[in-house]
Amino acid sequence: MTSPHDDHTDTGLGWPPPDVEPEPIAAESATAPASSGLRSEASAASGVAEGRRRLWARWPARAKRAPASTVIGLLVGLLAFAIVVQVRNNNRDSQLGTARQDDLVRILSDLTAREQRQRAEIAKLEQTRGQLASGALGREAALAEARRRADELGILAGTLPAEGQGLSIRLVPGERGIRAATVLEAVEELRGSGAEAMQIAGSAGPAVRIVASTYFVDGPDGLVVDGHALTAPYTISVIGPAQTMRTALTIPGGVADAVQRDGGNLAVDEPGLVRVEALHPSEDLQYARPVS
Amino acid sequence: MIAVLALVAGVALGLVFEPTVPVGLQPYLPIAVVAALDAVFGGIRAKLDGVFDDKQFVISFVSNVLVAAFIVYLGDQLGVGGQLSTGVVVVLGVRIFGNVAAIRRHLFRA
Repeated sequence: MTSPHDDHTDTGLGWPPPDVEPEPIAAESATAPASSGLRSEASAASGVAEGRRRLWARWPARAKRAPASTVIGLLVGLLAFAIVVQVRNNNRDSQLGTARQDDLVRILSDLTAREQRQRAEIAKLEQTRGQLASGALGREAALAEARRRADELGILAGTLPAEGQGLSIRLVPGERGIRAATVLEAVEELRGSGAEAMQIAGSAGPAVRIVASTYFVDGPDGLVVDGHALTAPYTISVIGPAQTMRTALTIPGGVADAVQRDGGNLAVDEPGLVRVEALHPSEDLQYARPVS
Repeated sequence: MIAVLALVAGVALGLVFEPTVPVGLQPYLPIAVVAALDAVFGGIRAKLDGVFDDKQFVISFVSNVLVAAFIVYLGDQLGVGGQLSTGVVVVLGVRIFGNVAAIRRHLFRA
């Protein structure tokens, strides 16, 4: 602001145009609020500009021009360099690295809130999945259970063939034959000792499944079981605990003794696998209905 | 002419070396770039107006960059760095637009 020439002489700096030095600064600072400091300089101080023109004319081009344009080139190159660096940097680390602390805190809290929402959703979905899975599992289990019960009931009712460990009991009649009561007693004894499936076969013809409603009567040529006439010797195939059933049959005063009193013979054989394949025709119940 | 060459050279150097910005400089570099852009557009406008001055360009360039960086630094220290750098960018952006408008008037007479 003050006379630049005095400054120049006083400072005595080696730089060629010390006169000019304060001028642009003064001009710019005076017009800084305006849009372009550079342009307004001319209008700001015409006297100063005039003095400067004189100076420029005085200093040769080699002393001032070349360094100034070099510095400008350097600055512009630096700017281009910085722009490229910044752009590349910005693209590379997705701006998180340059973000401020409070921005980072906000981003972090956003992420935390989002994570909580997602976790809640995951928990809900997993619960739903668990419900669906257990429902499917329950249905499957119920189905399997029902199937198993149907098999069991089918075996008990005689509508399904069965196999398993058990006994093969052969009743050979003596002079008085085998009485139906003896056979019935044998069947009862076997049931009492845990038999699960039974059939009785005569010397010829198909075997007859023994179920709860099976009856035994004495016929003209032997036994009549459920309407089928069987002739001696009879073979009872029974599935159940072999040892217990054998004991039950040979108990003193039991079935074996009864057969022997009639002159017959009871032979108990224990094959590895007993097959009970005769079927009892299923009949529709006429009166009884399941309670449900 | 030198400026254009330097521009190309700067871009080429930036592309070739791919330097990473030091962490300490990261908040300041974008603002400094915007401030320098403002100085460059001001310089172009002055050139078209016929009042361009090397020295003033250099000084305004450097001081723009330094002042912008200082303002951001101050804002960071005060805890309003984000807002303050936004303000600096807005002000410089307005100036750039003004300069570009003047340049446009010079070049296209419109």
